[in-house]
Amino acid sequence: MTFFLQLVVTGLVVGAVYAMVALGFVLIYKSSDVINFAQGELLLVGAYTCWTLVAVYHVPFLLAMAVSICVSLFLGIAIERMVLRSFINEPVISVIMATLGLSSAMRGILQVIWSTDTKTFPEIFPSAPVIIGPIAVSRVYLYSLFISLAMLVIFSLFFKYSNMGIAMRATADDQQAALSMGISVKVIFAATWAIAAVVAGIGGILLGNINGVNPSLSHIGLTVLPVAILGGLDSIPGAILGGLFIGVLESLSGGYLDPLLGGGVKEVAPFVVLVLILMIRPYGLFGQEIIERV
Amino acid sequence: MLQLNNIEVMYDRVILVLKGLSLKVPQGRIVALLGSNGAGKTTTLKAISGLLTAEDGEVTDGSIVFKGEEIHGMEADKIVRKGIFQVMEGRRVFEHLTVEENLLAGAFTRRDRAVVKGDLQLVYEYFPKLKQLRHRTAGYLSGGEQQMLAIGRGLMARPEMMLLDEPSLGLAPLLVQEIFEIIEQINRNEGTTILLVEQNANIALSIAHYGYIMENGRIVLEGTVDKLKRNEDVQEFYLGLSELGQRKSYREVKHYKRRKRWL
Repeated sequence: MTFFLQLVVTGLVVGAVYAMVALGFVLIYKSSDVINFAQGELLLVGAYTCWTLVAVYHVPFLLAMAVSICVSLFLGIAIERMVLRSFINEPVISVIMATLGLSSAMRGILQVIWSTDTKTFPEIFPSAPVIIGPIAVSRVYLYSLFISLAMLVIFSLFFKYSNMGIAMRATADDQQAALSMGISVKVIFAATWAIAAVVAGIGGILLGNINGVNPSLSHIGLTVLPVAILGGLDSIPGAILGGLFIGVLESLSGGYLDPLLGGGVKEVAPFVVLVLILMIRPYGLFGQEIIERV
Repeated sequence: MLQLNNIEVMYDRVILVLKGLSLKVPQGRIVALLGSNGAGKTTTLKAISGLLTAEDGEVTDGSIVFKGEEIHGMEADKIVRKGIFQVMEGRRVFEHLTVEENLLAGAFTRRDRAVVKGDLQLVYEYFPKLKQLRHRTAGYLSGGEQQMLAIGRGLMARPEMMLLDEPSLGLAPLLVQEIFEIIEQINRNEGTTILLVEQNANIALSIAHYGYIMENGRIVLEGTVDKLKRNEDVQEFYLGLSELGQRKSYREVKHYKRRKRWL
């Protein structure tokens, strides 16, 4: 039982980070129907920036994190401005290809700057685990869980109540109508990319603290895609629940099935479940239904 | 207040839709722009509000002057900030947002956030039905309710001028009556200048002060509402009345088909 709980907690932590990164996918998809394949690289940028500040320049962690978030923010805006702006009114598939290209280019540049070695963060959180009942949880995990959940709550409130949030959802619904009420679609896209880069950046920093930073961290982008699709690509609550679900699933299958089958199940399990769920619910668990008036 | 001088609009750089159109909308008035399908009414409105660019359309000639300032070529969001708000054809509510969120989206360009709350009440006064429905998802409203929402959304931007594109589209006659009465009230109480595009000439002329008739991308006739209503061509082709001013009967199969005098 202890082993099970331990796995669930680990799963929830990783899942919360997944949920946050998936939020980036969902946002971009919602506002522009584009799947951003460079999400994994945005994760790396956040993680590397923070690592450099902390490990090389000995900046306090929280400050380093704030700076990295700003860097991600501007990177998101810059990507929208320089790469995607020129694709307005072009077919969606071209934009998706552009994000694929962006992903390769960014990965290359990142490797030139930081090489492919794994960088480990200096110990920021005390290593003594926190004991909750029968299970021990390391502090890094707890903080990660807390930060991701906080971000998820903040963004959910932002979308529900702020003017910008409403405008973003309005644009996702009907771009032309949004334009007709003075909502600048360009500004909305820039904001979307900025937020997507920020959530990915934070996700990268948290995962980097847990596992160290190396280019393979960007594969999280690939793992998170099923999360987003599972929850429904256009649903924010879907991304959150999908993230937690996939996290726990990965952790449990890693703990119970890997020893039996000789490893690797952990990586495959999310995709198997994804296929099964999509067979039953093609729009994902919480995908937006198409409202049809009769 | 608004003046279009000889504008030409081309789609995809080949299809000339407006061929030198001029019209004037004086402050505080309701001006009706009438015409059949494909005459270019919606295109005219989109040329004013800057929404053409999203559809590969372009104003290639002429000028559009609003309050003494040339607005041709401005971005759509800037034109809204200048005070022109287009209520698009077919309602176009944000389906997955609630009624109140739709209204708030309409107020996006407003800077005076505190007043916006009061304006919500104003919209609910004009459309009491929307108040009951304010937490409902807009996509599930009836057509009439959605049209009310679309106009209410326009009110939220507090525009000096509203461009209404076929508010009667797909609505039952009683609802059309109700909505047009409200449009008239808005014009009277808020002083909003209105440019109204309609196919339903009867109802449009019942509230307008001045009217233009469009055919094939040109204005073919203009005048005060009384003058238009008296014009025999308008009676025949737009109001469905015969020469004697009676409703036309299709029982007399062999009727004399009138030629339009303006062609």
